[in-house]
Amino acid sequence: MPRLERRPQPSARWTWLAPPLAVLVTMVAGGALFAALGENPFEAIRTIFWDPLFGEFAFYYRPQLLVKAAPLILIAIGLSLGFRAGIWNIGAEGQYIIGAITGAGAGLAFYPMEGWFIFPIMIVAGALGGFVWGMIPAILRARFGTNEILVSLMLVYVAEQLLAKMALGLLRNPEGRGFPGSRNLQHYPSAHNAELVANTGIHWGVVAALIAVIFAYVLLTRHLLGYQIKLAGQAPRAARFAGVNPARLVLICLGLSGALAGLAGMFEVAGPAGQITIDFNVGYGFTAIIVAFLGRLHPVGILLAGLLMALTYIGGEAASSTMQLPMAAIQIFQGMLLFFLLAVDVLTNYRVRARKTEVAP
Amino acid sequence: MSTTLLSISGLTKAYPGVKANDDVSFEVAAGEVHALLGENGAGKSTLVKMIYGLVKPDSGTMTLRGAPFAPSEPRAARAAGVAMVFQHFSLFDAMSVAENIALGMERPPRLRDLATRIRDVSEQYGLPLDPGRRVGDLSAGERQRVEIIRCLLQDPKLLIMDEPTSVLTPQEVEILFATLRKLTAEGVSILYISHKLEEIRALCDRATILRQGRKVASCAPATTTARVMAERMVGGAFQTPTRATRATGDIALDIRDLSLPPASAFGTALKNVSLAVRQGEILGIGGVAGNGQDELLAALSGERRSPDDALRLFGTPIGRLGPEARRKRGLLCAPEERLGHAASPDMSLTENAFLTAKDRERLTTRGFIGWRAARGFAEKIISSFDVRTPGPDTAARALSGGNLQKFVIGREMLQRPEVFVVNQPTWGVDAAAAAAIRQALLDLTAKGAAVICISQDLDELMEISDRFAALNEGRLSDIRPAQALSVEEIGLMMGGAQDMEVAHAPA
Repeated sequence: MPRLERRPQPSARWTWLAPPLAVLVTMVAGGALFAALGENPFEAIRTIFWDPLFGEFAFYYRPQLLVKAAPLILIAIGLSLGFRAGIWNIGAEGQYIIGAITGAGAGLAFYPMEGWFIFPIMIVAGALGGFVWGMIPAILRARFGTNEILVSLMLVYVAEQLLAKMALGLLRNPEGRGFPGSRNLQHYPSAHNAELVANTGIHWGVVAALIAVIFAYVLLTRHLLGYQIKLAGQAPRAARFAGVNPARLVLICLGLSGALAGLAGMFEVAGPAGQITIDFNVGYGFTAIIVAFLGRLHPVGILLAGLLMALTYIGGEAASSTMQLPMAAIQIFQGMLLFFLLAVDVLTNYRVRARKTEVAP
Repeated sequence: MSTTLLSISGLTKAYPGVKANDDVSFEVAAGEVHALLGENGAGKSTLVKMIYGLVKPDSGTMTLRGAPFAPSEPRAARAAGVAMVFQHFSLFDAMSVAENIALGMERPPRLRDLATRIRDVSEQYGLPLDPGRRVGDLSAGERQRVEIIRCLLQDPKLLIMDEPTSVLTPQEVEILFATLRKLTAEGVSILYISHKLEEIRALCDRATILRQGRKVASCAPATTTARVMAERMVGGAFQTPTRATRATGDIALDIRDLSLPPASAFGTALKNVSLAVRQGEILGIGGVAGNGQDELLAALSGERRSPDDALRLFGTPIGRLGPEARRKRGLLCAPEERLGHAASPDMSLTENAFLTAKDRERLTTRGFIGWRAARGFAEKIISSFDVRTPGPDTAARALSGGNLQKFVIGREMLQRPEVFVVNQPTWGVDAAAAAAIRQALLDLTAKGAAVICISQDLDELMEISDRFAALNEGRLSDIRPAQALSVEEIGLMMGGAQDMEVAHAPA
């Protein structure tokens, strides 16, 4: 029997090797799953991972990739800061919804006026909306010691109800013949988050995601706040000894991740989605949690993980439409990715040893 | 001595990169107290772990009462009559004494019967202990009694004790020694690990000295001087700290009537603590662990805030300031727990150097960290305090306890503190390094700093302190000049007003 031995320090090599290995193992296990469903595993894997990028219809899928990855990355970057500090914002989905409502609301308030200033105002409103929604669990935790996991998660359902209320009430398109849903922002040039370069999928949300990646990277490697975030997560007692104020960190992390999630919602509603509808949210806020961990809570890792996750979404949809694979199988496939990553992760902190040797005291 | 109980020959155990034990042989006679001496890392722990079945030797043999003895696990060792009292207790605070003891037994009897047996054994050996009390309410000395009685209930032939007196007051040490002598009179052998030499001279019949995994000498402690034993342990002449005569200056830190409620259910409240330290002096604070040492340090470091006037640094109230503001004013602290409190385990030494030094060493500009300067500071600590490590990029948890301690102490001292508060400065550090740290503390005061040294090592406190006080249940005793104190007086100060249950130790 081989046994696990704790490494004196985490292996730098395995920190970077684990995610690709997890992807590989997922392909093997996923392939077995598809084979068990009676499909050709190689074809299925190719449809998911290869065709969207290099296949016949790649011209259609590639822009989709960026459109899907941008909100995931934007949200995951914000979440990763909190996760590193041991602050668990599970409610990004709710912050994303509120950001979309406030962003779209701010834009629609000006309708039908045109002006260059409308879109920037929407950006600020979207970020502010998410920020405020994130501050609810933050203040409750900092002030009363409530559990931010529960509060932020429950606020997702509150946000969903609010979304329905808005789609049916305040924000409903007055010219929509009674159908639920707001005016389509794609038809309102000043508020439209349009493609910046035609047929690339690049819109302002993609730009914002890239800026967020760079911002987080600099914050975590060079700035005092990033250091305090890491310290608080790894050794809370040492953080207090150093003089880090835990309550302040809670406010900053939840506020920041809320604002980024709100931004993502705003870019989505003003661009790819176009309007506030009852089922506007599709779970980006939850998937971003997987993206954050898949990317090792590291900004560059999150960038890659976001793209990979977007690829499995798009490839999965392609596979379900062309190969009639059930959507549930695709979801299992995505779940496997996180599962195997966590499993392979053991190798970062432990090494496999043959029997016999004992751990030095 | 009469018959041999345990005989060890040629025991060798290697770990990757280090030989923990190299061809160690010695014998323990029935009814003797046998000391195992050596610095940290000399291989004492590995050796007793092999005897107790926790670690398997690479080569070598043991015999117990003439029969081959190779325990594969602690249970086998216990069945053969070997029991061990560890340095760190494995007790559950929220359970009673009897429940804790029952947990360690393979077939525990009914609690009522067990309680009776505990009472019997505790009276027989002069170790007063109420089986119904909650362990969380017991002193460290009483907790140790729980562990000893747990062992005695197994009727052992060999009792291994790892640094048993490090948590005891002098009076409690006397009680323990009386118990151990009683046990040896009944024929039980005791393998006694310690590096307190005077204690070994008083208690032990024979001593085996280890250095770097090898047995380097054996001697009769009663007829060998402590200095000779110490030199054999370190393998060379031995530097005792020297203090320069110095004049004390102004009051640097003044604590007036500081009371703080406990931070957790098993914490200690600080009750009306008052003290003043002057520039150029060391105030030693003794006391058994868990009597408010951590709380006092937290109140001084700023992790816990106090009423503003309760703490004054050079006359300025600082009670409400946080750790960073206090550091800027020159009040630096080094807590006892190195990993997780004084240092972040998974961070590099460079990052850990930055932890407390960012302001005084000016390691940031407008919120951005100067990593090169931080690394330089880490390298300075490593070289000035002889920290053995591959370099400043090593994670803190990869360092041995003693080396990390040197790093943490060095980090604060190199920041030129005006007032330095340290808890257990040499805990787990080998003798030579401990002497170096004590010397550094004395040098610091020679430069005009005030030092508060909280420690459980009385020898250390007597060696370096100008004045001495003791903490007991969160109260600070009167502060007295250290040189005039006798061991008995110190013991009474540590015991506080209400003494712990006095043992009726047999003569």
